[in-house]
Amino acid sequence: MAQTAERVVGTEVRRKEDPELITGQARYSDDLAAPGMLWMKLVLSPFAHARITSVDVSPALQVPGVVAAFGGRDLAGEWAGPLPTAWPVTDDLKNPPMYPLATDEVRFQGEGVAVVLAESRAAAEDGAEAVVAEYDPLPVVLDMEEALKDGADLVHADLGTNASYTWTLTNGDVDAVFATAPVVVKERYVVQRQIPAAMEPRALLAEYAPAMGEYTLTTSTQIPHIVRVVLAAFVLGIPESKLRVRAPNVGGGFGSKIRVSPEESLALVLARRTGRPVKWTGDRSSDVLTTHHARDQIQEIELAADEDGRIRGYRTRLIANMGAYLLLVGPGVPLLGAFLFCGPYGGEAYHFECTGVFTNTTPTDAYRGAGRPEATYAIERAIDALARRVGRDPVEIRRMNFLPESDGPIPSPGGLTVDSGHYNGTLDKALELVGYEELRAEQRARRERGDAKQIGIGFSTYIEMCGLAPSRVLGSLKYAAGGWDAARIRVLPTGKVTAFVGVSPHGQGHATTFSQILSDDLGIPVDDIEVVHGDTALAPLGMDTYGSRSLSVGGVAVHRAADRIVEKARKIAAHELEVSEDDLEYVRGRFSVKGAPDRARTIPEVAFSAWTAHNLPEGVEPELDASAVYDPENFVYPYGAHICAVEVDTETGQVDVLRYAAVDDVGTIINPQIVDGQVAGGVIQGIAEALFEEAVYDENGDLLTSSLTNYEVPAASDVPSIRIDKTVTPSTTNELGVKGVGETGTIASPPAVINAVVDALSHLGVTEMARPATPERVWRAIQQAKGGAA
Amino acid sequence: MIPAPFEYVRAESVDHAVALLGEHGEDAKLVAGGHSLLPLMRLRLARPSVLVDVDRLDDLAYVREAGDQIEIGATTRMAEVAASEVLATHNPLVAHAAGHVGDPQVRHRGTFGGSVAHGDPASDPPTVLLALDAQMVVRGPAGERTVAARDFFKGLFETDLGPQDVLTAVRVPKLSTGTGWSYQKFHRRAIDWAIVGVAAVVERSNGSVARAAIGLTNMGLMPMRAEGVEAALAGAAAEPGALAAAAGHAPEGTSPPSDTNGSAEYRRELSKVLVRRALEEALAR
Repeated sequence: MAQTAERVVGTEVRRKEDPELITGQARYSDDLAAPGMLWMKLVLSPFAHARITSVDVSPALQVPGVVAAFGGRDLAGEWAGPLPTAWPVTDDLKNPPMYPLATDEVRFQGEGVAVVLAESRAAAEDGAEAVVAEYDPLPVVLDMEEALKDGADLVHADLGTNASYTWTLTNGDVDAVFATAPVVVKERYVVQRQIPAAMEPRALLAEYAPAMGEYTLTTSTQIPHIVRVVLAAFVLGIPESKLRVRAPNVGGGFGSKIRVSPEESLALVLARRTGRPVKWTGDRSSDVLTTHHARDQIQEIELAADEDGRIRGYRTRLIANMGAYLLLVGPGVPLLGAFLFCGPYGGEAYHFECTGVFTNTTPTDAYRGAGRPEATYAIERAIDALARRVGRDPVEIRRMNFLPESDGPIPSPGGLTVDSGHYNGTLDKALELVGYEELRAEQRARRERGDAKQIGIGFSTYIEMCGLAPSRVLGSLKYAAGGWDAARIRVLPTGKVTAFVGVSPHGQGHATTFSQILSDDLGIPVDDIEVVHGDTALAPLGMDTYGSRSLSVGGVAVHRAADRIVEKARKIAAHELEVSEDDLEYVRGRFSVKGAPDRARTIPEVAFSAWTAHNLPEGVEPELDASAVYDPENFVYPYGAHICAVEVDTETGQVDVLRYAAVDDVGTIINPQIVDGQVAGGVIQGIAEALFEEAVYDENGDLLTSSLTNYEVPAASDVPSIRIDKTVTPSTTNELGVKGVGETGTIASPPAVINAVVDALSHLGVTEMARPATPERVWRAIQQAKGGAA
Repeated sequence: MIPAPFEYVRAESVDHAVALLGEHGEDAKLVAGGHSLLPLMRLRLARPSVLVDVDRLDDLAYVREAGDQIEIGATTRMAEVAASEVLATHNPLVAHAAGHVGDPQVRHRGTFGGSVAHGDPASDPPTVLLALDAQMVVRGPAGERTVAARDFFKGLFETDLGPQDVLTAVRVPKLSTGTGWSYQKFHRRAIDWAIVGVAAVVERSNGSVARAAIGLTNMGLMPMRAEGVEAALAGAAAEPGALAAAAGHAPEGTSPPSDTNGSAEYRRELSKVLVRRALEEALAR
C-alpha cells in the first residue's frame, strides 16, 4: 500500500499544474465553446465624460451575422441593482450606481454604452463598429487635487462633490508627539496609476438552461464564489442556487480579476434573452480600458523623530483615485495599507487618513499588494529622507527603528499585532547576498572617476499584513463579507484523496501545495491527491483567492479537515485492531498499537473499511470524509529586506538594475520552488512599477498608454535575475506557521529601486525621484540638481 | 482586434504583384511579414480592401554580394539579415541594426523590405540605409528603377513607392577596412522602437575623420541625416573634444515627436549624447 516515508512539506515537489500548462493542453475560458453560441462585443465610450444623446443599434442589425444589439436603455429593466461595492468603508460613503451599460452619461473612456451579439467574433466587431452612439461632451475631471477643490467640475453632478469618503485612524497622542519632536520630515510622493495587464484578458462563456432556469457562467475570475452571490443576489435578482460559476484555468489575475463585471452581467442576461450561449473574450485594446486600473495615490507622510533618528510618530494623508465609480473593493484598497505606513518600525503615535476621490478615469481596484505597496513605498522612501536629515546610513536608521524582535506577537504603532519577526536577520542576510561592501566600494570608485554611469544602492525593509482575513476585523472595517475559508477532504475507497477547496487559484500552484500538506497529514502520495477548486457546484462555499490568503487561510482549512479525517479514521482503526483510541499512535497515515507496532492500519485501509461499512464502530457513519472552515484570529505578517543596486546613465537617465537581493521571511515554507517563483515574479512586477509602467491620460481623458507598445510591461530581457534567500520565523497565527508570499515582492521592491536611483545621484544633489523613474524623469532630475534649464 | 473585412490574393511573382496592385487600385496593400500592417488592421486604423501577399516570393529572400555592394532581397526576414555572414563580413552595421528590431518573434516574421517600405521614422533599418546611402530597387508598371535612400523617404509613413510599386531589394555598400560604424538604439525595453537612434558610418584617415555619415531615428517625420554633425566632422581630429563639439549639432533641423516615452526636448538632448557615443564607438572599431 502506497505510503510516503518522508515528509514532503518543505521540499520542491514539481508543480502538478505545469504539464498541461507547458504542453498547451490547459483550457482557458477562451478555449471553451458551446453549440450555437453567440459572440458578444461591447461598444465603449470614446469620451471620458459625456452625455449620451442617442444610441442607434439598428445599423448593427444590418451587418451580416449580427443577431441582436442593445443600448443601455434597452436593458435597463434587467438589473435588480447596480454592480455593487462590497466595501463601503464609511457610513457616509458616496457610491454612485454603475450599471453594466451606461444609459444617460458616460464617465470614463471605455464605459460600455451598447452590446452586440453575432454568429462570429468578426461579425460582432463589425456590428459594434456600426452602432451609432452620439455624445455631448462634458467637462473632464482628471487631477485628484483639483477635483477636491471647491467649484471643481463634477464626475457625478448629483453628488455635489468628487469626494467619496474620508477614512481616518489614530493611535496615541499624535499632535503632542509632532509638537515636541526635534525632527520632523515631511515628504510627498505620487504613486502612479497602473494597468494590471494579466497575460490572459478577461473572458467568459455564459449558458442558460430555460427549462431549469439555470445559469452557468464560466469566467476568467479569481472569485467564482463571490461572483455567484453578488451577481445572483444583487445584479440579476435570481436565486443564488440557479447560478453556477466556474473558473477554469485563469491566466493571471493580480487583483484585476477580483471583479463582478458588466460583461458577466450582460452575457448572462443575453444568454437568457436569446436562448443561446454567449461568449465574450476581451482583447488587449478593451482590457486596458475596462479592466480596473490600480494604485494612483498622492501621499503625504510625516515622520516625527528624535535628533538621532529614532522615530516617535507617523502621520499620513492620502488621496486615492477611485476613478469614475466604486468597484467591488476599490474604496477598501487604501485601508489594506492604512496600518502599514510605519513599516516594521516602532513609535508611539500614528495617524492615517485617506480621501477617495472620483475622476473621469477607469475605476481602480485591487492590484497585487493592494494598499500595501503604496504604504511600503511611502515609509521606505521617508525613512531614507529621515536618514539624510539626521546624517545616518540607510542601514543604521532601519536597524535602530526596527520593532522588538520576537517569536511571538508584538504590537505595532499602526495598531496591528504582528505575529512574529526578526528584522535584523533578513537584513543581515540580504546585505551579504547582494555583496553590499563590494557595491559601496564600486560606487566610491565611480564617483571618484566621475563616470557617466553611476551606481546606487537602495533598501526596503518591509512588513505586510496578509492572509485576508479575520472576519471580525473585516466586519469592523465595514467589509461586507467574511474572511474565512473552507475545505472538504474525501478519502476514496482505494485510498486516493480528493480535496475540495473554497479558494480559487490562477497560477499560484494550490493543487501542489495543498497536496503536500495532505500528503504529510494523511500519508498519501502527492500524486494520489486531486485538488478541486473554482467551481461553485463542486467546491465548498469559499471566499476565493486574493490577498495572499490561499495558504494561510485555505491551506489551514485543508489541514484541519485532514485532522478530522484522522480523528474519524482513528475510531475505525481502534475498532478493527480491538484497542482503545488512546492505545494508537499515528504517524503520517499509519495507526499502530503502542508497544506492538506491527499491529497497524493505514489510512487507505481504513478508507476501504469506511466505504464497505461492514464493520464500523457504533455511531460512526460510513465514508471517510470531513470538512473544515477556518476563520483566522489574526492576519499573518511576512517581512524581509530587499536591496537593489542600479546603474544610472547620468547622460541619458537610463536606469539598469544591476543586482537585486530579496530575503523574505514568509514563515514555514511548503514548497520552496513555488515560493521562489512568487518572490521573483513579485519583485519583477515591482521593478516594473518603479521603472516602467504608468497609465497616462491626456487632458481629454483619453488613455494614451492604450496598448502594450507604450504601456511598458517589461519582458524577461529587461529585468535582472533575482537573488533570493529566506529566513523562517513561523507565524503564530496558524498551526502551520505559514505566512503569505503572493504579494511580498511587489510590496517590497518599488522603494528599493527608487531609493537606489536616488542614491546613485545623491552626490549630484538629487533627493527626489518621481516614479516610474523613466529615462527622461531621471535626466530631468539630474539637470535640475545641476541647476540646468530642465 | 479583428480587422475589417478584406480580400486576400497571393502574388506568384513580382510582376504578378505589380499587376494585382494595378487591378485593385489604391485600396490594395502589399503584405509580407505583416508585422507593421496587421497590427494597424487589427486596430482598424488601416483598412485595405485587398491584401496582395508577397510573403512567399522566395526569390526575394536573399543576402548576396553584388560587386562592391551587398544586395538584400525585400522579403528576407529580419533575423536572416541579422545572421547574414555576408553582412557580417562586409557591412556589419546592417546586420547589427536588424538584430535589434523588435523581439525574436518579430524578427523571424518581419521582413527587411517591409520595414523599409513602411517608412516608419521610429524604425531602425531606414536610418541605417540613409546613413549608408543605400539604393532601393523598385519594380513598377514601367519596369525597374533604383532610388537613392535620400530620395526614398518622403515623410511620415511616406516613401517614393507609388501605389503599384514593389520594393524588391536594397543595395548597401561594402564598408572598407578604414570605416567604422555604430548604431545606438536608445529605448526602455528591448522590444521597443527607438526613442532616439543614431547610425554612424565614419571613415578614418590618419587620426582624423575623413568623412562621416550620421542617420537619426525618430527625430522627425522620417529618418534624417545629421548634416550639421557631418559638416563639423569633415576633416576634424578624431579626439573626444572635437567629437563632442560635432555631436552638439545633432538636433539641428530635427522635429522630434513628444510622446509617453520622451518629450521633444529630451530627444534633442539625447541625440547629442547618442551621436557622440556613436562616433566614439565607430572610431574605436
